[in-house]
Amino acid sequence: MANQKKLAIIATKGTLDFAYPPLILGTTAAALDYDVTIFWTFYGLQVLKKNRNLKISPLGNPAMPMPVPMPVLVQVLPGMEDMATVMMKQKMASKGVASIDDLMEMAIESDVKMIACQMTVDLFDFKHSELMDGVEYAGAARFFEVAQDADIVLFI
Amino acid sequence: MADITLDAKGLNCPLPILRAKKALKEMAAGQILAIEATDPGSAKDFESFCSQTGNELVKASEANNVYYYEIRKS
Repeated sequence: MANQKKLAIIATKGTLDFAYPPLILGTTAAALDYDVTIFWTFYGLQVLKKNRNLKISPLGNPAMPMPVPMPVLVQVLPGMEDMATVMMKQKMASKGVASIDDLMEMAIESDVKMIACQMTVDLFDFKHSELMDGVEYAGAARFFEVAQDADIVLFI
Repeated sequence: MADITLDAKGLNCPLPILRAKKALKEMAAGQILAIEATDPGSAKDFESFCSQTGNELVKASEANNVYYYEIRKS
């Protein structure tokens, strides 16, 4: 489509909760016939992993609703992060919220283009084989090539 | 009368929209897609979806917390 709208997203975060916004917005924009590109950098690369293991932590996040009030000193105990992650995933499933795996699959199905920041790949010693197939590897200049004719640009 | 009915009950944002888009893709212009949903946000979302994609929202109603939509594919 010649006059197709374009969305460019920079996704910098790799926790379970923050993996959602780029994928929800990206898949929805694709459903609205946008051409969508997501540039994954820093911790965002965790979302691109084939075997992603995203977690959520109540620690340092006083806004996270807890079933019971939990002092910070309890939140640091071993296993609390895994427990919070399991509980959040159960909650999401019970509310009909898609999993990150499902949203990523839908994003790929709807031709959302994924770019991984090569600098961060080097920084974290990730291998291309650890990340999903079909990902493009590039840097900041490539992002600006995408962003300069995007109708909407988001930093998440 | 709808040509295809999509059961999006129990699904949350953005799944009803994504499923509807997928269903519409398989349909011919002029055909009607009926959608049943329970996400209260879907009321505004289907309006916005149709205004942006050019499909026509021919019916939108709600009864007993179930939202019903009919979309005519453009």
